Amino acid sequence: MPTESDDSETVSWQSGSGVSADVTRGERLSEFFEERVRKPAFVAWADRRTRVGLLILSVYIGMAVVAVFDLYRAPSTNQAPQLVGPFESWGHPLGTTMSGVDLLSLIVHSTPDILLMIVAGSVWATGVAVLVGTLAGYKGGTVDRVLMSISDVVMAIPGLPLVIILAVTFNPQNPIVLGILININYWAGLGRSLRSQVLTIREDSYVEASRAMGVGTPRIIAKDIVPNLMPYVTVNFVFAARYVVFASIGLFFLGVLPYSVQNWGVTLNYAYSGGALFTWEAAHWLIFPMIAIMGLSLALILLGQGMDRVFNPRVRTRLAESSESTRTADDATEGY
Amino acid sequence: MAHYYLRRTARVFITVFLVASLSFGLIRLLPGGPFTLLRANLLRQGVPASEVDARIANLQNIQPDAPLWRQYLDYMSAAAQGDFGTSISLDEPVAQIIAEAVPWTVFIVLVSTVLIFVFGILLGAIQAYWEGSRFDQLVSGVSITLMSIPFYVVAVLALFVFAYQFGWFPTAGTVGPTVDPGLTPEFVISALNHAALPIFSYTITGIGGQALAMRGNSIQVLGNDYVEVARLRGLSDRRIATRYVARNAILPLYTGFLLLLGFRLGGTVILEQIFSYPGLGYYMWSALESNDYPLMMGTFLVITVALVIGVYIADLTYGIIDPRISRGETDAY
Repeated sequence: MPTESDDSETVSWQSGSGVSADVTRGERLSEFFEERVRKPAFVAWADRRTRVGLLILSVYIGMAVVAVFDLYRAPSTNQAPQLVGPFESWGHPLGTTMSGVDLLSLIVHSTPDILLMIVAGSVWATGVAVLVGTLAGYKGGTVDRVLMSISDVVMAIPGLPLVIILAVTFNPQNPIVLGILININYWAGLGRSLRSQVLTIREDSYVEASRAMGVGTPRIIAKDIVPNLMPYVTVNFVFAARYVVFASIGLFFLGVLPYSVQNWGVTLNYAYSGGALFTWEAAHWLIFPMIAIMGLSLALILLGQGMDRVFNPRVRTRLAESSESTRTADDATEGY
Repeated sequence: MAHYYLRRTARVFITVFLVASLSFGLIRLLPGGPFTLLRANLLRQGVPASEVDARIANLQNIQPDAPLWRQYLDYMSAAAQGDFGTSISLDEPVAQIIAEAVPWTVFIVLVSTVLIFVFGILLGAIQAYWEGSRFDQLVSGVSITLMSIPFYVVAVLALFVFAYQFGWFPTAGTVGPTVDPGLTPEFVISALNHAALPIFSYTITGIGGQALAMRGNSIQVLGNDYVEVARLRGLSDRRIATRYVARNAILPLYTGFLLLLGFRLGGTVILEQIFSYPGLGYYMWSALESNDYPLMMGTFLVITVALVIGVYIADLTYGIIDPRISRGETDAY
């Protein structure tokens, strides 16, 4: 991936960032836009998986907007007859629950909090991972050893049980705090793989040049190392998001996480304990929240796979060709 | 290299020690503290007020009125001896409950993980060889779809359809109530029958991801020069496929195996609750429901220890599988 320091012939040695003196700010901006925004977007859109993923994701964002601006009625008990089947009436297209709650409004009004939780959780996980991975990989020596020992310990604690215990202890209600809590030790595995990438990057000549010029560690990490990690980080951001979806809904379903408003997992829990398991008549109560969960995670997976292609230089260079050879994202993020 | 093994072994103990300390600290943070609820419960059960403190000490290995460092030492030394106190809700030693639960959880996690690996690797390898074919596209599509289904959704659906509607499988338990434990055919069949649906839900949702990862790795390996050289040398396709491609493509998956194991072990909290399968996860959940702190922390500790040991074994064997591995320290900048 090209960076500012690639055009070594015109490097001005006075400026630490290694940017040519002849290039104006506007030109730099437009080049940045070309390299980082337009080209990737073009490649991304060329991939069918990204298109479908974005399309599905936009449906969920639309649902969140509807819920936030209260464009669709809020769920409440006895707003409708009990256990209306799906697709029977326009008033309640997805049917109703045992206590007469409209399922569609339940699902729609669950979306904003879930999206908030996902974003918070994945920002936390990837943020800490980048910090730990780059610092350990670049600094090496004692810093590396200490950080990696901590990661190893954190990685050895099974995620879900830890989250459960923390949730019981601290009883958080805020979706942002919940998202962070769910991914509390997700960064460890990701940080480790980022570190091994940094280990190869730090031997590159442009990093060595920066170091020889006396550029400080934070600046080298921010300017030379992190941009090269961005592809991997972006893909893993999506996979961390999917983990939040899986884990949070699972724990809500288990009835372990505290909640103030209903969401898909809580609905599943009510359906499960309300006897939807025993009769076909109540099956829709169980099935529609499941579809909501699967749709969101499918969108995230497609997006992750498509983006992986965008950042894969082998694929990027032969844009138009339809080769299927891509490296799939890290299997570390698969299931739990 | 011996130095590495020594350090690696030390880390196992450090990790377990830290997690045990963490659990001690968390007990203190639990709503209402560790003793308030217990004290109320005991008083309600008619235990004389003078004996309550002694009973609590007996249940949790902690003297409520001792200083904090003393409580910590008591707790840690008891845990080191495998004594996690007495379960409040089940009124049995936690260690005994856990000892009965561990084999079932290990059984489910191990069998499903091995199945995921075998099927995932086979599917992925075939896909890589037939890259771009109908089969490849079909399996990729199915894999992505399966990856997007959480295992508990499959579990609930499987329970609904195969256990409740068709009645092919039992809805709860590890073995039939009339079967005596022992290595008899009835016991094995009953155990497999009870474990079939949990293992199925874990396996089916995991294969897709492994297959895709294996496919990607294999395609990358197939593009390497040494594979081409091996072909030019006239080696048989079979030898190239097993010794050159499969071996190098599987290696990266092996490290993912550890994380997978952790996810699966943790996931049993949800899985075993759905199937009412009394393993570690099930007891952890029921401890949570009944505010049974000794049982909760005991199961948490044992799940962690199981994972730490699993990772340890995998780490040690990795060096045998991949001789190139180097554990050199990096220069400090």
